[in-house]
Amino acid sequence: MSVDDTTGVGRSRAGKHSSGSAPTPTPEQDPNRTPDDRELEEQLHPGLQSSRGQMGDRVFSYLAQGTGLLVIILIAGIGVSLLIDAIPAITENNANFLFSSDWNTSGQAFADGTASFGVWELFRATILTSFFALFLATPVAIGIAVFLVEYAPSSISRPLAAVIDLLAAVPSIIFGLWGIYVLAPVISPFAVWLNDTFGWFFLFSSGKTSITGGGTIFTAGIVLAIMMLPIITSITREVLRQTPSGHKEAAQALGATKWEVIRMTAFPYSRSGMIAASMLALGRALGETIALMIILSAAVGQLKWSLFEGGDTFASKIARDVGEFVGSEASAGAYIAAGLVLFVLTFVVNAIARVIAGGKVNG
Amino acid sequence: MTVTVDTTSGGPVKSSPTAFREVSASRKFRNEAARVTFALCFVLGVIPLVWLLWTVISEGAPALTDPNWWFGNAYGVDTTTQFGAGISQAIIGTLIQALIATVISVPIAVMTGIMLVEYPTSPLVKPVSFMVDILAGVPSIVATLFIFTVFVIGLSMGQSAFMVSLALILLMIPIVVRSTEEMLKLVPDELREASYALGISKWRTIVKVVLPTAMSGMLSGIFLAIARIMGETAPVLILAGPASSQVQTNPFDGGMNSLPLFIKDMWSAAQPASGFYYWGAALTLIIIIAVLNLIAAMTAKFLAPKTK
Repeated sequence: MSVDDTTGVGRSRAGKHSSGSAPTPTPEQDPNRTPDDRELEEQLHPGLQSSRGQMGDRVFSYLAQGTGLLVIILIAGIGVSLLIDAIPAITENNANFLFSSDWNTSGQAFADGTASFGVWELFRATILTSFFALFLATPVAIGIAVFLVEYAPSSISRPLAAVIDLLAAVPSIIFGLWGIYVLAPVISPFAVWLNDTFGWFFLFSSGKTSITGGGTIFTAGIVLAIMMLPIITSITREVLRQTPSGHKEAAQALGATKWEVIRMTAFPYSRSGMIAASMLALGRALGETIALMIILSAAVGQLKWSLFEGGDTFASKIARDVGEFVGSEASAGAYIAAGLVLFVLTFVVNAIARVIAGGKVNG
Repeated sequence: MTVTVDTTSGGPVKSSPTAFREVSASRKFRNEAARVTFALCFVLGVIPLVWLLWTVISEGAPALTDPNWWFGNAYGVDTTTQFGAGISQAIIGTLIQALIATVISVPIAVMTGIMLVEYPTSPLVKPVSFMVDILAGVPSIVATLFIFTVFVIGLSMGQSAFMVSLALILLMIPIVVRSTEEMLKLVPDELREASYALGISKWRTIVKVVLPTAMSGMLSGIFLAIARIMGETAPVLILAGPASSQVQTNPFDGGMNSLPLFIKDMWSAAQPASGFYYWGAALTLIIIIAVLNLIAAMTAKFLAPKTK
């Protein structure tokens, strides 16, 4: 499609790199070339063409842009194929897809026409885990970033940052095992205390899930928060470093203490980057699968909007019920529909993050 | 480096009366409190890392010191109660799946990175960059479902290790594209221009000048990407099919085991010996990932172009 365009017209009006590249296809070899282009070419490079480069240049350019096109098609394909496979299941659904908490999706149910499923319960667990994690992780991660950029001696700042980045290298399944077998028993007294003391508040009320068992959103959120730390920290570090030193020096010259310098120059400057970092981490948390599947204890029906409930997120539900949908195409449709909702959720969150960051963030 | 105001207690200010005043106690206190808070945040971040690593190492050590662990397999061993099965089938499976994903995704990702940096006038730059951003945000379970719907259901290809690799490709492409892009942008334009001035064509400039200069950084990014995808569990859970206890090397057959799948299977078995196996496999996985990270750091350091 538009690939032809670039080799023809685009090249002669090329920007930074291409302007220096002398060898372009000769007029004879390039049928797409307009007379204007040919004239321009002659003026710019009279007789300075290397015959070996021309074909190679065009092939290479097509190749590069072809792969780019492939990537576009690939990703568009994800959305389209999920949509196509989700539609039959949704049309056979007997419950409200968005606001029902049913999950009756066995192949038998589809065959009988009694399939009913809705994502409301998955939505509840997903939102509670990821926002609780975000609430815990953001201040700590920003604190770590400030410590690394402003306080740690420059000689050890890099190794210390690498230590935090190590958290990102640990596979999530290991976080899951550690969370449920090691962390959960340790924090359970605190969870019980929170529940005893603040149980009147809906977020801390008791539900169907055993608090001492640890398979709660409370445990899952803490583990997710730990997994978010390196993401938020590394992006925040980048934006903090970009704070203009002139701003800092001006604040110092006015007699500000170190904390005041940070508060008055670095924080306002990097606020949008910090928000974008948290949103990107949120996008990651929404789709976290195996750690949550291991930690959360599954339950049937609508659960409370409490941190001390279990339940399943979109991702953990899909992973947990593999056995049900691998054999049955019909019930796979229900899970694909859930996956589609997750795809849309993460897409929106990531898009917002990038808009806020405005190109400042590369994550 | 130190903040100017902190030195007011020193000589020059005291000797001559000026407009400078001591920093008030409350401001000093808040300054100190901030310092302590930020340091505590760092400690708070390190605690779970150390704790987790300690858990995995101490719980996984018994398995790793078993002579059979690295080269034996689990065939004929009842992993619910018996200790001493090996996991070479899972290690080999993980390596094969990662290798296939790498071989396919790296050329695509590197070419895409080249397109984004070296052909900035292409009308595809913006859409591709946007799509790579989206792909980077796609949860692994969604990428897995995509492969499942298109290949396993749509083309009835059945579950196999190759399907897992296909899903891993989707996860790997955005990581490698972004790191390639970063590294290509670091190559100074002067190098390109010098090459053009010698009459060398654009593609040869890219292949012979730009890529070699960026190579160490790109390789390092690729190794990090491999380390990242190796621990992915969602694809193996849905696409690999039931795991075999023997070594399977044909990626198109079902039954290839892998470390994340082995960990997950042992965890869901919840038998007396399960902990021995899943902690052991977890430690093995962490060691492999650590080695890959180390290789990445070494390539970045030792293969870097000499700046002189």
